[in-house]
Amino acid sequence: MTRQKRSHHRLKRAVAPYLYLSPSLLIIGLLMLLPMVTVIGYSFQNSAVLRRDPSFAGLKHYQAIFADPVFWASLWHTLYFTCMSVVFHMTIGMVFALMLNSDRINPTLRNILRVLYILPWLFTAVIIAVIWRLLLEPNGVVSSVLMQMGIIGSKVEWFSSPATALHAVTFANIWAGYPLFMVSLLAGLQGIPKDFYEAADIDGAKAYQKLIFITIPQLMPIIISISLLDFIWTMQVFPLIWITTGGGPIYSTEVLSTYTYKLAFSSYNLSQASASAVVILLISLGLTLFYIRYQKAR
Amino acid sequence: MMFRIQPTMLKIAAAAWLLGATSAMADTTLEFTQWWEPELPAGSLRAIMNDFEAANPGIKVTLVSGPYATTRDQISVGAATGTLSDVVGLDGAWVNNLNAQGALADMNPMMDASGFDKTQVADIIKVDGKAVMFPVASFVYPVFVNLDLAAQAGVTKLPSTRAEFLEAAKKMTHADKNQYGWVLPLSLQTPSGVQNDMMSWVWASGQSMMADGKPALEGKPVVDMLTFVKSLNDAGVISPGIATKTEQEKVEEFVNDRIGMMIDSLAHVNLIRKRNPKLNFDLIPVPVVEDYSGKRGLPYASWGIGISASSKHQDEAWKLVQYLMSEKVNAKLVSLANAFPGNVNAKPDFVTSDKAFGKAFEIFKTGYLANEFTGLPVAEDLMTQFDVEAQKMLAGEQSPEQAAANAQKGWTAKF
Repeated sequence: MTRQKRSHHRLKRAVAPYLYLSPSLLIIGLLMLLPMVTVIGYSFQNSAVLRRDPSFAGLKHYQAIFADPVFWASLWHTLYFTCMSVVFHMTIGMVFALMLNSDRINPTLRNILRVLYILPWLFTAVIIAVIWRLLLEPNGVVSSVLMQMGIIGSKVEWFSSPATALHAVTFANIWAGYPLFMVSLLAGLQGIPKDFYEAADIDGAKAYQKLIFITIPQLMPIIISISLLDFIWTMQVFPLIWITTGGGPIYSTEVLSTYTYKLAFSSYNLSQASASAVVILLISLGLTLFYIRYQKAR
Repeated sequence: MMFRIQPTMLKIAAAAWLLGATSAMADTTLEFTQWWEPELPAGSLRAIMNDFEAANPGIKVTLVSGPYATTRDQISVGAATGTLSDVVGLDGAWVNNLNAQGALADMNPMMDASGFDKTQVADIIKVDGKAVMFPVASFVYPVFVNLDLAAQAGVTKLPSTRAEFLEAAKKMTHADKNQYGWVLPLSLQTPSGVQNDMMSWVWASGQSMMADGKPALEGKPVVDMLTFVKSLNDAGVISPGIATKTEQEKVEEFVNDRIGMMIDSLAHVNLIRKRNPKLNFDLIPVPVVEDYSGKRGLPYASWGIGISASSKHQDEAWKLVQYLMSEKVNAKLVSLANAFPGNVNAKPDFVTSDKAFGKAFEIFKTGYLANEFTGLPVAEDLMTQFDVEAQKMLAGEQSPEQAAANAQKGWTAKF
């Protein structure tokens, strides 16, 4: 092989991986990076999108949203909604996964429960919102049942009262999201070697001790990975809150996603909406980096 | 056999091509973006466009149709990028923003140049003196009364004043049976309840929420309206769930015999009949303050029309606007939409064939169209701000005066 041919061959080998990657890079660039960079750019412009010659605004829009008490209320609601959702998703998912993995339950009943427990996962956010709006309306089934049981004395406006609305939307989201944990943990449970439990039995370990010292440590990688992903996804939930409460009553269920939407499509303040979107991006990015570092460490 | 092309044939072919090419070049294609086509019977708007094309040789119309929300976003983006369609369907709530972007053409010079009779149109929406929109079809908002519930409650005379309305609503309310006198949708998802179900009380009495083009929410008309709504809420006559109730849910409750009275669009008459054919209801104007005998303002939503400032075919676009606003075509369009006409001389056919519509048409003719949100900057945002303050008032967190003052503060900042 001549020197020229060898050099050509080396070049081809060096370029080939990039050529294979190029379709993915192009798609990521066009569909993710470009919109992201554009939105970041808008957040530094006055009258972004609405004017053909927007002027540079510096950090003005960031200052405006940080000075807005509704933004801070939205941030707090987002954190409450997300943390409660993740904790309950994990707890309910774990309980149901243990139940479905248990030999003490009749296999037929277990299969029926498996289908029932996974049902919320099959519904879209809009259907879930409609279902819970119907169930939790003051004249709905939930109020009626609770009144008959004597738990509440009068009809409760679950979504319409500032005192209960945030808890009600969080509850609906918990109901909608636990199957992800349940399925992942069930897969994890089925992968734990039986020997561990047999050894624990020989040592006389009780059920709760086996749970604390074998099951949970074995599932920990799954729990952390899914919790982080759930945290990122739940932080961005929009349709469920928008359809059930629209961010109200007053601002009691306003979260960062509804706050940003209203800035963009109700106030037509796309510059501030972009600044708010960048804040959400930064929070999500922080969590994502944490997730990636955790995955690498494993 | 050899086929020889004769020079004459070549000449004919060249002439035919030239004729075709020049006629193609002479054709102007107008783009018309609106949300009306999906809401009209299939093919009916296209048929009207075909008639227009036949009456105006050389002009073709391409309809760009989509749902309301999509059209709104499309128009916002088109205005920003200078790609707005030649003719655009408009909602009054959008025009201020679009005008601020310089996206809408002033139709005053076009009206003057063509000798357009301005008295034939119900309204011309102007921003900064520019005529930017005509309401083509108007959907007025009267009060729907469930006559069976009224009769059961002993309401023999349908209310014409606010005091009578409160009394009738009290009589029709039986919370134990999930039956209420009135329904108020104040969901922040679609804050149009502020316009249709709250401010309509102000406009009905010939009053205004504005003064000299600026918000006047702390004035007597708005404070009185808020006090009245609060009195209805305190009396427990409003169906629960106000803060998250949407317009669709309001109609649904009325259809299900649970609401005595509601303010709603006339466009829903057929829907209500379809959902509950047995529902016995009547239409009345929105009640007024005591001793008011002047003309009543009728809250309305409309299908408006305007011309893009960046259109290269403004003369042809104006022809299309004129065509849709003309007496016969307008009557045809609004008959299809079950709406009231933008041309005052047009008479839709349903007003003679349908008793309810006939009655509503009488209300329409004796009153005047009133919607002060039309042409205001960020109208939806203003409604959201007022909505939040009204919700705080209904939750007992503030008085009507405080609600009005806080809303005024928020609105002033937007102006």
